[in-house]
Amino acid sequence: MKTFIFGTLVEHKPGVLQKVSNMFRQRNFNIESITVGPTERGDIARMTITMKGEEEDAVQLEKQLRKLIDVLEVKLLDPSETVVRELALVKVRVEDWRARSDLVNWANIFRSRIVDVSPDSIMIEITGAPSKIDAFLELMKRFELLEVSRTGITAMERGLNRIGLK
Amino acid sequence: MLELSGSRALVEALEREGVSVIFGLPGGAIMPVYDALLDSGIRHILARHEQSAAHMADGYARASGRAGVCMATSGPGSTNLVTGIANAYMDSSPVVAFTGQVPRAMIGRDAFQEADIIGITAPITKYNYQVRSASEIPSIVKKAFLIATSGRPGPVLVDLPKDVQTEVAQMEFPDTVEVRGFSPPSDPDPELLKRAAELLAGADAPFILAGGGVRISNAHLELLRLAELLMAPVGTTLMGKGCIREDHPLSVGVIGMHGSPLANTLIVKADVLLAVGTRFADRTTCDVKEFCKEAEIIHIDIDPAEIGKNKRVRLGIVGDARKALARLTEELAKRLKGERPAHWYERIKQVKAKLQNEGNDGLSAPRLLKRLRKLLPDDAIVTTEVGQNQMWASLHFKAYGPRNFITSGGLGTMGFGFPAAIGAKVARPEVPVVDIAGDGSFQMTMNSLATSVSERIPVVVVILNNRMLGMVAQWQRLFFRGRYSAVEINPPDFAKIAEAYGAQGIRAESMEEFERAVKAALASDVTTVIDVPINPEEDVFPMVPPGCKLEDMIGV
Ligand SMILES: Cc1ncc(C[n+]2csc(CCOP(=O)(O)OP(=O)(O)O)c2C)c(N)n1
Repeated sequence: MKTFIFGTLVEHKPGVLQKVSNMFRQRNFNIESITVGPTERGDIARMTITMKGEEEDAVQLEKQLRKLIDVLEVKLLDPSETVVRELALVKVRVEDWRARSDLVNWANIFRSRIVDVSPDSIMIEITGAPSKIDAFLELMKRFELLEVSRTGITAMERGLNRIGLK
Repeated sequence: MLELSGSRALVEALEREGVSVIFGLPGGAIMPVYDALLDSGIRHILARHEQSAAHMADGYARASGRAGVCMATSGPGSTNLVTGIANAYMDSSPVVAFTGQVPRAMIGRDAFQEADIIGITAPITKYNYQVRSASEIPSIVKKAFLIATSGRPGPVLVDLPKDVQTEVAQMEFPDTVEVRGFSPPSDPDPELLKRAAELLAGADAPFILAGGGVRISNAHLELLRLAELLMAPVGTTLMGKGCIREDHPLSVGVIGMHGSPLANTLIVKADVLLAVGTRFADRTTCDVKEFCKEAEIIHIDIDPAEIGKNKRVRLGIVGDARKALARLTEELAKRLKGERPAHWYERIKQVKAKLQNEGNDGLSAPRLLKRLRKLLPDDAIVTTEVGQNQMWASLHFKAYGPRNFITSGGLGTMGFGFPAAIGAKVARPEVPVVDIAGDGSFQMTMNSLATSVSERIPVVVVILNNRMLGMVAQWQRLFFRGRYSAVEINPPDFAKIAEAYGAQGIRAESMEEFERAVKAALASDVTTVIDVPINPEEDVFPMVPPGCKLEDMIGV
């Protein structure tokens, strides 16, 4: 199984996410992650969808996505030519000051940021490739992980390539 | 610009689309539209159940090639449409459905007769819209018809909140609209067509499989020209039945689970298979992995997502069937010189002659259907219900035109045939329309008798009455050791039911009575139900058992 990333442009209006995600379920594909946000154009949103599967599934999925009338453009992104990022907020319980300084050190090494501190807990914001976030979370298991919130990935091709409306 | 209420704008927009008939049933949330309809030239046909209204629109669409329109109120009215819409979706039929909805301010509050019909129908429509303001109506209606009828057709639903129907706004009726995420299909790739022509020209045993897409794109003449040039046998899918006249020497019938022995035998021997406008449905291919495993397959379809979806093919060509077949024929003509070998040709003729024979085994279904064929004019339209009746019709009733055999192929909806027949008769009033029915299926929508009689839309229903849910009973006989479970249905007296509705009811207990009944029905201007008792335990053969290959046909 391989991971495939689809960059899509969709109509920015209610119900479109449901139509897209429902199509996956209906066609028996499994979504790994799906993220949506507005683009530079107010009436168009961008969805980044990742799935695990075989080449054939990806080809079929691309066609099914394209068939949805609210989907304006679809591009299967080449991983080697694409910047892939995810953001996570991680909250851990740390009361002991020594543990706290370890945690701050590691957070620095991962180039993450501490965004909230309370007497018993610290919240860290980390962005990067999903594998980096996985690694960071692995490390955080030494503390008591209270909450993790990951956004799922967003992606963009390097250079002048882009997903544009034809 | 015109100042109009939403409902008047809707009616105006429908008239501009050339809509002359709507099948529907009113209710609170769609009353402004029904009021506006009174002042229009559009005929409204009152169904007795919204499912039937949708099937009527579907039958109308398939018989005419134009969009069929149905209408219902909110909540239960709209949910009753669901089966009909799903049916149209599975068979790529252009149905446009309008539903009432609770007023905008009530949406999402579980108001009286509220149903989230947009959410419910998302997976069974090509597209759906909820109208947010009256001024959108003209362009949304235009988009709805464009989407429903172009490319691969399919149903579109437009949901109209009640206060949008009464809201008055400045209306602009556009002549054309653009739907951003929807582009017309591209022309078939000339390079691929050349390669296809080469494959076909070099074939020893080519076979053409025509699907519903051939009918939809009106490509039957192009199909015929190609077949005659290539001298290749043409089989169809159930949806493609009639795309080549079934009495044409090259026609071998329908392939599939209940395909004709000739078609199934020939297709598995093909070395090059040209499949046009078909999605390689499981009832067509049976075990899809094994299906024509050794053949080079060329697949032409308007929907790119169909290429490689169910079956891997050698050449996938995206485009309109008519254009593609015409150009393929040109390419092929350049390559084919001289006579085509026709060694199998004699064999086709022999097997056909054997099958043609009506036989003499009482009121058997095959015999009845062959007789029915003789009694009907060539251009008659036949619809079917679902079950044995459908498969017998597919096997034994020859269709002579691409829009003359209308059946629920994808969803397999019992109760489709009778309302679809009514819709087809509205589209083509000049030809006889006959529903070939089972006693179980007919009971699902026989309340449409009321519509048929009161709207003076005379059709003929032939019930092959085996007093069973026959196809289920057949499977229980074959695959459940003959243990009958919930298949004996003790049907009512159909002739009396027909009469109670003001239709003509005839029970025919011999071939002579059947013949007389059909003649009486054709001469009559009222709907006629002909109830024919047949052997309750007769199987449809041949059959490919579930999970098997086409080659494993039994009962030949
Ligand atoms: C709405 C619906 N419910 C159930 C089925 C499952 N089903 C398929 S064939 C069949 C029996 C049909 O019986 P009948 O209409 O009497 O036709 P016959 O097979 O006897 O010709 C059934 C129940 C179906 N296709 N559609």
